[in-house]
Amino acid sequence: MYAFEIERPSTLAEAVSALSAEGAQALGGGQTLIPTLKQRLAAPEVLVSLSGISEMKGVCPDDDGRLCIGGATTHAAVARDAAAAYPALAALASHIGDPAVRNRGTIGGSLANNDPAACYPAAALASNATIVTQNRAIDADDYFQGLFTTALEEGEIITEVKFAIPEAANYQKFLQPASRFALVGVFVAKYADGVRVAVTGASEDGVFRWSEAEAALSSDFSAGALDGLSVPAEGMIGDLHGTPEYRAHLVKVMTKRAVAAAG
Amino acid sequence: MAKVSMTVNGAAASGEVEGRTLLVEFLRGPLGLTGTHVGCDTSQCGACVVHVNGEAVKACTMFAAEADGAEVRTIEGMANADGSLGVIQQAFQDHHGLQCGFCTPGMVMSAAALLKDNPKPTEAEVRKYLEGNICRCTGYHNIVKAIMAASGQDVSAIAAE
Amino acid sequence: MPKDHGIGASPKRREDVRFLTGRGKYTDDIALQRQTHAVFARSQVANGRIVNIDTTKAEAMPGVLAVFTGADFADVGGNPAGWLINSRDGEPMKEPKRPVLAHGKVRHVGDAYAAVIAETAEQARDAVEAIEAEIEELPAVTDMKAAVAGGALVHDEIGTNVCFDWGWIEDNRAATDAAIKAAPHVFTLELVNNRLVPNAMEPRASIGDYDPGTGDYTLYTTSQNPHLTRLLISAFVLGIPENKLRVIAPDVGGGFGSKIYHYGEEALVLAAAKKLGRPVRWTASRSESFLTDAHGRDHVTKIELACEEDGTFVAFRTETYANVGAYLSNFSTATPTFLHGTLMAGNYKVPNVYVNVKAVFTNTAPVDAYRGAGRPEATFSIERIIDMAARKLGIDPVEIRRRNFVQPDQFPFTSAAGLQYDTGNYDALMDKLGDLADLSGFEARRAASAAKGKLRGLGVNSYIEACGIAPSNLVGVLGSRVGLYDAATVRVNATGNISVMVGAHSHGQGHETAFPQVVADMLGIDESSIEIVHGDSSKIPFGMGTYGSRSLAVCGSAVVRATDKIIAKARKIAAHMLEASDADIEFKDGKFSVAGTDRSVGFGEVALKAYIPHNFPIEDIEPGLEETAFYDPANFTYPAGAYACEVEVDPETGVVSVERFTAVDDFGNVINPMIVAGQVHGGLAQGIGQALFEGCTYDENGQILSASYMDYTMPRADDVPFYTVDHSCQTPCTHNPLGVKGCGEAGAIGSPPTIVNAVVDALQRGGMSHVTHIDMPLTPARVWAAMQG
Repeated sequence: MYAFEIERPSTLAEAVSALSAEGAQALGGGQTLIPTLKQRLAAPEVLVSLSGISEMKGVCPDDDGRLCIGGATTHAAVARDAAAAYPALAALASHIGDPAVRNRGTIGGSLANNDPAACYPAAALASNATIVTQNRAIDADDYFQGLFTTALEEGEIITEVKFAIPEAANYQKFLQPASRFALVGVFVAKYADGVRVAVTGASEDGVFRWSEAEAALSSDFSAGALDGLSVPAEGMIGDLHGTPEYRAHLVKVMTKRAVAAAG
Repeated sequence: MAKVSMTVNGAAASGEVEGRTLLVEFLRGPLGLTGTHVGCDTSQCGACVVHVNGEAVKACTMFAAEADGAEVRTIEGMANADGSLGVIQQAFQDHHGLQCGFCTPGMVMSAAALLKDNPKPTEAEVRKYLEGNICRCTGYHNIVKAIMAASGQDVSAIAAE
Repeated sequence: MPKDHGIGASPKRREDVRFLTGRGKYTDDIALQRQTHAVFARSQVANGRIVNIDTTKAEAMPGVLAVFTGADFADVGGNPAGWLINSRDGEPMKEPKRPVLAHGKVRHVGDAYAAVIAETAEQARDAVEAIEAEIEELPAVTDMKAAVAGGALVHDEIGTNVCFDWGWIEDNRAATDAAIKAAPHVFTLELVNNRLVPNAMEPRASIGDYDPGTGDYTLYTTSQNPHLTRLLISAFVLGIPENKLRVIAPDVGGGFGSKIYHYGEEALVLAAAKKLGRPVRWTASRSESFLTDAHGRDHVTKIELACEEDGTFVAFRTETYANVGAYLSNFSTATPTFLHGTLMAGNYKVPNVYVNVKAVFTNTAPVDAYRGAGRPEATFSIERIIDMAARKLGIDPVEIRRRNFVQPDQFPFTSAAGLQYDTGNYDALMDKLGDLADLSGFEARRAASAAKGKLRGLGVNSYIEACGIAPSNLVGVLGSRVGLYDAATVRVNATGNISVMVGAHSHGQGHETAFPQVVADMLGIDESSIEIVHGDSSKIPFGMGTYGSRSLAVCGSAVVRATDKIIAKARKIAAHMLEASDADIEFKDGKFSVAGTDRSVGFGEVALKAYIPHNFPIEDIEPGLEETAFYDPANFTYPAGAYACEVEVDPETGVVSVERFTAVDDFGNVINPMIVAGQVHGGLAQGIGQALFEGCTYDENGQILSASYMDYTMPRADDVPFYTVDHSCQTPCTHNPLGVKGCGEAGAIGSPPTIVNAVVDALQRGGMSHVTHIDMPLTPARVWAAMQG
């Protein structure tokens, strides 16, 4: 790693102030950033740790019935504390990385990084979650902008994520066997006004919504409703672990399984 | 350089660290606690697992500065007060749950974290929980068996010598 | 009743206490006063000409003490290959120099061309980035057949990428060809034995130390064989006299072959320590391990099996391309030849075998012995094609093997590949397998799997390996440049406790527990008073180390011989103490007695007397009680086994899950059943890893694509089941004193074809008759693609 200083603010205001400095970068749980730093692929001058800011942690409902999760809430905390209100989201959180990673990694960090194989982007997009920063609220539909790219501005940090609770939902993750990220992950969420299907791991453009499946499922929420559909292989990732054709095939299989499991 | 202070295995520990100093480097270097190992640089092998404030974390993927003020427990703090092996450690020895010993500290620390939350895990739960701990020697058979035995379950039906 | 001590018992491992309490002492745990840190500059291109390396800026960086390049080692020796292989035309193999640091050319991604020594590792890393290296990238060659056909050269000076083109047994070639031509059935299979990264959990590390006052060097290093490392550094690379170089391999976190070899980093830290007069340390990151540890396997093979109508094997003929990577690692030429070709008759009385192996240089990391080393490759080829033959001939896969097994009354049996198997009973292993694996219950389990939408398959396999490496006479004929004996010293201290210095090195195998069981049994004393000393060239007479499942069979035999000498001398002392003649002394249960009397002395009393020899007949009896033995085996040992595996395949995704795995092995006599079972478990996971998960891939430019645990799949706990293992079918080795055969590699040898056979079986039973083979690793994507046709 290149040398840098670490700051550990205890309030959001202090963090925002620290991040305005030249060369400053936010440090969430560090489970992606620290390995990146070890490879010397990033050279921040100051890392501003968000892990000591209690106002950015926790899981609670708001007045509109949405589930609000602080940006610095760990995957383990989401798995535990969202289990009653949003079991599909809690289940997703409980399968990210491994137990030790889940005790450090955070929802805000994951969404800010927007790794094309991360799990949370699928949940956020399928739930049309609201990504809240110190400056504004961003709909998930506007937030994800391609591989490792989001609507976040320099110095902007995710303070909270708000999820509307669906009537039924499920996430199916097909493991990339080495990294245990998603080779393909599909989050299906059924709301009163329709079904949303978000796919991670598969596309060269990052997380995306499978609109044909959404339409089919909105009129018939059953795995059979997907029978006639298929995802084109074009634009899917091809690598050591799977061809574009394989990923396209898995998108459909995982979607059907998610629908079946969501019930 | 910044000063950090923490409690490690019940004793106060402090030192000067750089921002980039990892918790595992602080433990292994200045504190001389070399039982916590480094087996990879992508946060996957789990040889470095320690407990910070009671939770299992990868000490190679956390800065020492972030552990300022924390309670840290390492493999060196897992034996009984009289120096005898703790229940999990003893089960690993009884069931031959280690060979070269390099992954073992992380395995024991992960097992302790598992059993704290889930005192009677099933075989599948043990295997799933260990997905962040890689062992190249044992084929996991006796590790899983040892952890189930440490939880007080009867493992006599599980094949092995 | 299981025994509670001595040979055949399973005492808890004594080494566990230090490992379980964080008090193991691995190389990177050692901190020396005034130590400095080395970091290597490594090539990012697979093939390149070094035009210029400017270290000026790096040398001026904070904390930097020295910068070395290949030029600094241009005049020292290369790291040699241990076996000389001759090609079919009699020409010796090509042996390009393997330098400490690349000089003139870099030949694989990760090839080190410079090293920085600094006060801290981060300072050294900073300075490595400041080295200005002008390296002209050249076309790389990674595909073996392309490398043979021509094009880019890995080593310009030898004018070819073919290291050797070896035939075994060349005199049998014509007969094998004729047998295949005349046979009613010939089956052909082209297969890949996938390249693996050993991945011992402890990365390689070395610390060099030099004492200017005495001229003594010390090397702490992650080695499976410190004496061999010393020999190579002394005799070939740096020329340090052996008596001035102490090599210590402390606790070592697994090896699996990758730590047999001498690597350039070891020479560098020693040379740098001398130059600086300070200790120099280096620890690989896992990323460096992927780039520079000797990889394993990497064969491309065409195998043919000729059969009679009834499934009787007539001939095996094999053509193999074996990747040796960019440089010859120490055992790399032996692995695809004498550890592979000689096993190509398997457990079978097949009369004709011919093997051709072309070893090929490519712009990839060196390839060498990895757990099993040649024998997994042989077993995979043989057992896959037998499975194919059985299916096509409509013969049950167990039955076709039984029809061809060497029979118990045929031992000693000289195989068509030239080895003399001393003993075995392959039908007994298969019988046991049938019971333990409940093969007759498979159909019911298959139906249960089908009911939940899964395709279940059954795979079986029988293997033989040659272990206890190795008889020096035989391997000398075969090209080995060293003898492969081992050594032990038994030192009985005055108060009766014992130190046993062994040439084998324990890095997970439990020698500290198992070796005392042998000595304790022989001397009739308690195991707890016996200590094993290993891993330090200054304490141990000599040793060839631990690999090839040799520790107990070879070094353990040396321990027996040394202990025999102890008993012989103690008998003389006892006779003197009892005022009897040597011939009248009986030794039993730790006591020397005069036959037919009640007069006796205990072993402890004799030991004390040996060191307090006030009235010894000093012409006849020297004081002291310490003996050394070198043991050279008369033959290889031949463990064998029968394995069965049941898998479930998800027809929608291609995911394979291992549902049951049963391993029945004949290891001869067993000293510690607990440890033996553990060795098999670990081997099975590595074999399952090879079959289903692991594969090291380079692209056409020589960039490694699976360079970390993000892309190289290590088997995890939830990838494997509880295994059923058995080693009760014992045909003891006939030529070593313990009757042992070795157990370290069996699991990794026997399991890959078992798994692949099971997956092909599952797909065939599922109606996909077009699937006759899938190359390892059988990832979900590959299985799914195979299912699509």
